[in-house]
Amino acid sequence: MKEDTMRRHIFYVLVENRSGVLARVAGLFSARGFNIDSLAVAQTEDSKVSRMTIVVPGDDKILNQVRKQLGKLIDVHEVQDFSMEARDIVDRELCLCKIQANAAQRSEIIEIANIFRARISDICNASIMIEATGSEGKIAALLKMLEPYGVLEVARGGHVAMARGKVK
Amino acid sequence: MPNSVKTQKKTQKKKSKTSAPKPRSMQGCGIVVDAFEQEGVEVAFGYPGGAIIDVFDKINQSDKFDFVLTRHEQGALHMGEGYARTTGKVGVCVVTSGPGATNTVTGLADAMMDSTPLVVVSGQVPSSLIGNDAFQEADVVGITRSVTKHNYLVQSVEELPQLLKNAFHIARTGRPGPVLIDIPKDIQKATLEDYVYPAEPDLPGYHVQVDADKENIKKAWELIKSSEKPLIYAGGGILNADASDELYELATRCNIPVTTTLMGLGCFPEDHPLALLMLGMHGTVYANMAVQNCDCLIAAGSRFDDRVTGKISEFAPNAKIIHMDIDPSSISKNVEVDVDLVGDAKIILKDILKLAKKCDNSDWVKDVQLWKKENPLRYNGDDDSDLIRPQLVVETINELSDDDAIISTEVGQHQMWAAQYYTFTKPRAWLTSGGLGTMGFGLPAAIGAQKAFPKRQVITIAGDASLQMNIQEIATAAYNNLPVKVVVLNNGWLGMVRQWQDMFYDKNYSTTLTSKPQPGCNISETNPADWRNSEYLPNYEKLAEAYNCWGRRVTKKDDLKDAMIECFQSEGFAILEVWVAREENVFPMVPAGASLSQMLEGMA
Repeated sequence: MKEDTMRRHIFYVLVENRSGVLARVAGLFSARGFNIDSLAVAQTEDSKVSRMTIVVPGDDKILNQVRKQLGKLIDVHEVQDFSMEARDIVDRELCLCKIQANAAQRSEIIEIANIFRARISDICNASIMIEATGSEGKIAALLKMLEPYGVLEVARGGHVAMARGKVK
Repeated sequence: MPNSVKTQKKTQKKKSKTSAPKPRSMQGCGIVVDAFEQEGVEVAFGYPGGAIIDVFDKINQSDKFDFVLTRHEQGALHMGEGYARTTGKVGVCVVTSGPGATNTVTGLADAMMDSTPLVVVSGQVPSSLIGNDAFQEADVVGITRSVTKHNYLVQSVEELPQLLKNAFHIARTGRPGPVLIDIPKDIQKATLEDYVYPAEPDLPGYHVQVDADKENIKKAWELIKSSEKPLIYAGGGILNADASDELYELATRCNIPVTTTLMGLGCFPEDHPLALLMLGMHGTVYANMAVQNCDCLIAAGSRFDDRVTGKISEFAPNAKIIHMDIDPSSISKNVEVDVDLVGDAKIILKDILKLAKKCDNSDWVKDVQLWKKENPLRYNGDDDSDLIRPQLVVETINELSDDDAIISTEVGQHQMWAAQYYTFTKPRAWLTSGGLGTMGFGLPAAIGAQKAFPKRQVITIAGDASLQMNIQEIATAAYNNLPVKVVVLNNGWLGMVRQWQDMFYDKNYSTTLTSKPQPGCNISETNPADWRNSEYLPNYEKLAEAYNCWGRRVTKKDDLKDAMIECFQSEGFAILEVWVAREENVFPMVPAGASLSQMLEGMA
């Protein structure tokens, strides 16, 4: 695969809220050799339906196959996909990170968090926990700023996305 | 059977006229059997066991369908496939939990690859024991997820009727395939107070596109019309859609030669002048030449499998490609296509025929027919030795079999010779494992077909190695008086692997010999006296005797025809074992990964 034809797409997939559906979707990716960058699943406004947000890297051919193969799964109600660069979607990630911080460093770190509109979730003598939401780029920029202090732990929630405006 | 929106509407209307069925109190096991009856099941295949015994307790109380006890669950699945592929109906199997269900995996994968409709009901340990490593427990929905079109683990008796309805609908519509329903024993025993078999499936996520885009139909016809060298490449999808008549009409009206895939054999009559027989790795020279030279390739219910295309970048290099397929994910999966027609092949062909006018193409057809004349299938048949060439055996079967005979095969060299040397003229009369290449498919598939058509002649062309893989099903045939005729082409080798070793592995015949030579003997083909002293295992003549069936071993050319006549005229199940020339290879051949233009010819 040529690197320059590789793109990333966000698939959002409405699925039957039934046991085994996640395994079915994940199995499709492994069986056909497709990769997943991130995956988030939760119930929607309708308790019978879950929404999966899957970030998939690939060229046109792969992305097309992912779209068609997902559509073929009987538990899948709907598949939509967007280029990561698309402007008509809102795409967010949740990130929790624990930063090494003594009393002297705390206020600096809190200031950085404020700039990124992140929140302080926990604090103790040696560390501070930050909770941030935003685009992938924003999270990356925040983590880069915090790196010099010592990043102890990071948990990221995977992308969740939604199209702007009209409701079907 | 294609999912026709029209027929669905019709049945809906019918249903609304008759009064709705009254709810009844019924156990889960009874619901399974009632669903079979409501779906018009005529026969089911399978094997009982502890976790499915409740369903079997109801099975012999139904007079609506027969049940065939097989001798292995894999046999049951292939019988279901043989039944389904010859009738166009759903094949039904019932098996127990654990090993019973895991034994179905190969059959499910085979049905998945060859788009064969099956519904498999498996017993499961009681819900309370799932996950406990209980006796005969296996995670069957987990194991079978990737080899089924869909599968269900039933979670309550309340949802069982709807899931059964869904299973039959999914199996038979769209691109047909296998569906498995795993039912825990407690749910088989539980009672549903207000049971009614649902009239409609409930599948919000399942849509089958039946009619192709009208613009694309128009584009396809424009492309066919403007082409000078069109070629139809037809596959199993034509048979699944029962579209052979429409294909014939398009080919003859527009004067387009037709080549078929292994799965598509019989969808176009091979005795027609436009027929180019099979293409691909062991296809005819002229079919492959036609592919490489055509300017418009019409893929009809075929999926550009690697055994068909060879090196994909050099496949049909001059052609615009039209691809009709019921499965949208088949489009542009292997080959980029110019016009896609997603839908049911019968409806698509009918739509094209509405536009299609007579075409000339006579120069092209003349070229193709010249290639056909100059490069016929050929083998070393004129030697005056008493060796029996395997191709001759297939030719003799072709000569002696009934017009409406059903032919099944196992997998290997004999399968390719059967595909090449038997003249296929009718749809749904050819059973072979194409996609998965399952050795052990042929005998049980033939038994399933014979069960569907007790009066028709059903012949299995087998290799000795494949036949061994489900040999136990002879008991099923003999017990049920199903008069399948098996012709074994026995060369004492795992023939196809031996061929690859011969051609590409420096004649290193690693573990492919199945006949036991006498010490110091030269078993090469040029020493028939020596290799005829080898011990061929088993002796099929004696094996047949053990089942009270007709059996004969033939080793010399002069005895072949009479023995085959006797075999075909015998009453019940019969085996004719033929010792064929040991070192015969299948030609022509395109080596794996080579372009179709690089065909090897053995006898040229």
